[in-house]
Amino acid sequence: MSDIKSAFENGKAFIPFVTAGDPNLETTEKLLIAMSENGADIIEIGIPFSDPIAEGVVIQEADLRALASGTTTDKIFDMVKRIRPQIKCVLAVMTYMNPIFVYGTDKFMAKCKECGISAVIVPDTPFEEKSELKPHCDKYGIDMVSLIAPTSHDRIKTIAKEAQGFLYCVSSMGVTGVRSEITTDVGEMVRLVKSVSDIPCAIGFGISTPEQAKKMSESADGVIVGSAIVKIIAKYGTECVQPVCDYVKQMKEAIM
Amino acid sequence: MSKGKFGIHGGQFVPETLMNAINEFEEAYNRYKDDPEFVSELDELMREYAGRPSLLYYAEKMTNDLGGAKIYLKREDLNHTGSHKLNNCLGQCLLAKKMGKTRVIAETGAGQHGVATATVAALLGLECEIFMGKEDTIRQALNVYRMKLLGAKVNAVETGTMTLKDAVNEAMREWTNRVADTHYVLGSVMGPHPFPTVVRDFQSVIGKEIKSQLLEKEGRLPDVVMACVGGGSNAMGAFYDFIEEKSVRLIGCEAAGLGVDNPKNAATIANGTLGIFHGMKSYFCQDEYGQIAPVYSISAGLDYPGIGPEHANLSDTGRAEYVPVTDEEAVCAFEYLSRTEGIIPAIESSHAVAHCMKIAPSMDKDKIIVVNLSGRGDKDVAAIARYRGEDIYE
Repeated sequence: MSDIKSAFENGKAFIPFVTAGDPNLETTEKLLIAMSENGADIIEIGIPFSDPIAEGVVIQEADLRALASGTTTDKIFDMVKRIRPQIKCVLAVMTYMNPIFVYGTDKFMAKCKECGISAVIVPDTPFEEKSELKPHCDKYGIDMVSLIAPTSHDRIKTIAKEAQGFLYCVSSMGVTGVRSEITTDVGEMVRLVKSVSDIPCAIGFGISTPEQAKKMSESADGVIVGSAIVKIIAKYGTECVQPVCDYVKQMKEAIM
Repeated sequence: MSKGKFGIHGGQFVPETLMNAINEFEEAYNRYKDDPEFVSELDELMREYAGRPSLLYYAEKMTNDLGGAKIYLKREDLNHTGSHKLNNCLGQCLLAKKMGKTRVIAETGAGQHGVATATVAALLGLECEIFMGKEDTIRQALNVYRMKLLGAKVNAVETGTMTLKDAVNEAMREWTNRVADTHYVLGSVMGPHPFPTVVRDFQSVIGKEIKSQLLEKEGRLPDVVMACVGGGSNAMGAFYDFIEEKSVRLIGCEAAGLGVDNPKNAATIANGTLGIFHGMKSYFCQDEYGQIAPVYSISAGLDYPGIGPEHANLSDTGRAEYVPVTDEEAVCAFEYLSRTEGIIPAIESSHAVAHCMKIAPSMDKDKIIVVNLSGRGDKDVAAIARYRGEDIYE
């Protein structure tokens, strides 16, 4: 059993996302520790990218803030490695293909292993291009998380059969960001996955309120929240740790 | 399986949300590209609407003045809407219509591709939305109004460097938002497969015409075919039919801005490194951590940090050469061609003219250079005047 599976054993999993280095790495460090103590089952650590094409404005701006504060991939790895013993939950990295490829895909995965990171999520690398990542992930025992979208249809089963860790179910069309309503039949997406694989399914994109999280968790194994948390960080800056923790706690309770 | 590879370059690095849309586009392209009805419809539009074939003009005064190789200009500037961009827009919009799409979106740098897309959308009755970096909407204000006149909605992109790269980001984001009724008319030989292939095929009419027109005029192939390169669509269109003709030198002219040693440049082959961005593996101007660099060129159409994957491969294999041309050299060529031949070239195309001016004098008089004059320069007049210190606004 991978680390990831264990994250889905404490009721429905709550998976918060933060952009590393937003507003600075010291704050991210505190956030990771605090979120793991307040209900996070997996934390997605975003490595900022200059041109994140799958992100809405909220996370785009977080990436720019992080880069402006001097954040680099190496500084993120160093920080995670140092505080890893204090973090109770599973860690995953979310970034784009270019920062991984240019760092050196093999070196990147080796670093993930060294830092106790269990999985990578790379939204601009679809099933057809997984050979760019997977051999390196396999070499170091890192799970390559696959995504499925409302437009995936016939592709869902193909993707699910080879998926590792958990399956990231994109709830809505478009980019990341808070939505007042989610209209996709995510239940049907999850049913298609489960017909070929017992992999845990986590739903992300657009979820912000405890009510939405509860509703989404009814048809899945976990809920991913990014923009709503990044918004709190944007609002409170270096003082964001407490309000983010309160939010994480509230969301985990909603889906328990 | 990875598709659309040119050597190690290319691929389909896009969010899962778009995979079905690009697969559907690929299937439609394969179904229609040799369909007699589609081919004849497109041929007719190219002939009757775009005004093709474009002229292959012998620039006699320029040839005599430079005193070396014989220079021909492929007059894509005479194409309807004033650039080669229309060739691809006619093809893709017609295809989009066959696919049942009712709306097209596109990115634009200088505004040429935006204008061409808006034009064809108007002709074919498609709803049209253009994404343009805010910086470029200022540099090319007249083109913004032109697009609006043609019925398109223009979105000024205020993220990142507010130029072409950011316009592509936003167009891709918008496409993930609405794929069912919308086709993304990508304007260059870049992005995920099948765009680099489709755009190259629709632009390859340029090289085919050069070949047959020069055979008619000179009874032989050219010695050099050259074109400016941003993403690389006019160059790829001009080069494609000559790739197998090994005697023909292919030269792509990149925008070196203030110089290749100055951070303010956009010379991807000269300064870029291998990366994966905007759907493709290729060369990009970027830092050691893979953050895409803010590039610069006086030419909004060449102000892009990457290059199409087929060009990257032509560079790897040595089949084509890529040379940097600075702002100053391009502006001088812009002025030179205006004065010498009475043709005002686009500032993009002026990069190719500039390199021609460098190499033609030292070549024998029996050699032939074809420069692809990808667009006309009316849109650039005010910007060049400002570059020369004259306070003119459109």
